[in-house]
Amino acid sequence: MNKVFKNADEAIHDIGNGSIIMLGGFGLCGIPENCIAALVKKEVKELTCISNNAGVDDFGIGLLLKKKQLKKMIASYVGENAEFERQLLTGELEVELIPQGTLATRCMASGYGMPAIFTPAGVGTEVAEGKESRVFNGKEYLMEYAFESDFALVKAWKGDTAGNLIYKETARNFNPLMAMAGKITIAEVEELVEAGQLNPNEIHTPGIYVHRIFKGSVYEKRIEQRTIRQVAN
Amino acid sequence: MLDKNQIAQRIAKELKDGYYVNLGIGIPTLVANYIPDGITVTLQSENGLLGMGPFPLAGEEDPDLINAGKQTITTLPGSAFFDSAMSFGMIRAGKVDLTVLGAMEVSENGDIASWKIPGKMVKGMGGAMDLVASAKNIIVAMMHTNPKGESKLLKKCNLPLTGIKCVKKIVSNLAVIEVTENGFRLLERAPGVTVEEIQNKTEGNLIIEGEIPEMNL
Repeated sequence: MNKVFKNADEAIHDIGNGSIIMLGGFGLCGIPENCIAALVKKEVKELTCISNNAGVDDFGIGLLLKKKQLKKMIASYVGENAEFERQLLTGELEVELIPQGTLATRCMASGYGMPAIFTPAGVGTEVAEGKESRVFNGKEYLMEYAFESDFALVKAWKGDTAGNLIYKETARNFNPLMAMAGKITIAEVEELVEAGQLNPNEIHTPGIYVHRIFKGSVYEKRIEQRTIRQVAN
Repeated sequence: MLDKNQIAQRIAKELKDGYYVNLGIGIPTLVANYIPDGITVTLQSENGLLGMGPFPLAGEEDPDLINAGKQTITTLPGSAFFDSAMSFGMIRAGKVDLTVLGAMEVSENGDIASWKIPGKMVKGMGGAMDLVASAKNIIVAMMHTNPKGESKLLKKCNLPLTGIKCVKKIVSNLAVIEVTENGFRLLERAPGVTVEEIQNKTEGNLIIEGEIPEMNL
């Protein structure tokens, strides 16, 4: 079976209006830039996006927001995006905020075939409202359901034609977790090689989780907070 | 009264050799600048890194290498990368020895509010709820009062909570305070700050026992 697609447009061809999609990345680090650009171009609407952040005004998921392509955003932190805040306050955009660890682990649970997890995050806060809880060893935990999406869009550093993926540095973040949680997982990579050319010891995401793979044509890799230190005298 | 750097400097004195530490955004990040000589502390960044190093030199920024505040950083020898589920796994499992984070309000029973001002600011909780629900030891770095001069150390938090009964210690611009079963216990006062001033600016129950020493930075 061929998993390799020519480009982002072809890889996302069947993402339609109203799809639930996951997008890997933390801030602007490790985001599927080429898939996002293709979604903007395709003008699909009413999307539900599950991603840790919502990008910035003119990059990442911010590009989809600007074109009003989102119906709902599920994220843990959405600061740094004025358009997002505007759509949230006017009620144009539905938003669900969930703790970062809960978000990550709900994706993981999906890929591990577990329907729910128990976590102490959010106990006693508004996050706990309406949720089942249970006490283990004297401590209260919330039951949170596993996440599944129609499409998971992830970004890796290297991938092979079998769909195996290797991530770079902190660009790993949510990518391997979301890769496990898509009914269809689409991976874009900086370097695409033939099966057999990656060292099996170094694979982060086994190809069984990846349905489509393509080499991204361009990576801007924008830095959100460029911080440097001065050379010591 | 302490400035932000001095708050960080005082918190750094709580670090012990071998600690794994998670530093939040803002004042907590500055703690990394004051790690005492002779001890080894490993910094965890919840986006997926242990062994965080200083900011890079100009020209050496790497867009794939950032901290939880989205700032460009570096790694130190012995560092490791992992995914976000493992990152919060080690936090939930109590492997991280100390968490330092900011707050808008703390109550006398250790509740913390830090993520939302209804109708005004909605940025999200990020990893703060996971951290405060699981960390063994939580120190809050904060200003004692808000810009209007109102106490941020309260009987009960007014803002939506991040976590309950979790804060162990507070280092503010005025004082070092321990959160006990009976309320805020004053441990140290900032240079030049009187016990009376701290009392006046603390709405929650403040326990003052014996002579309160001045902080030693």
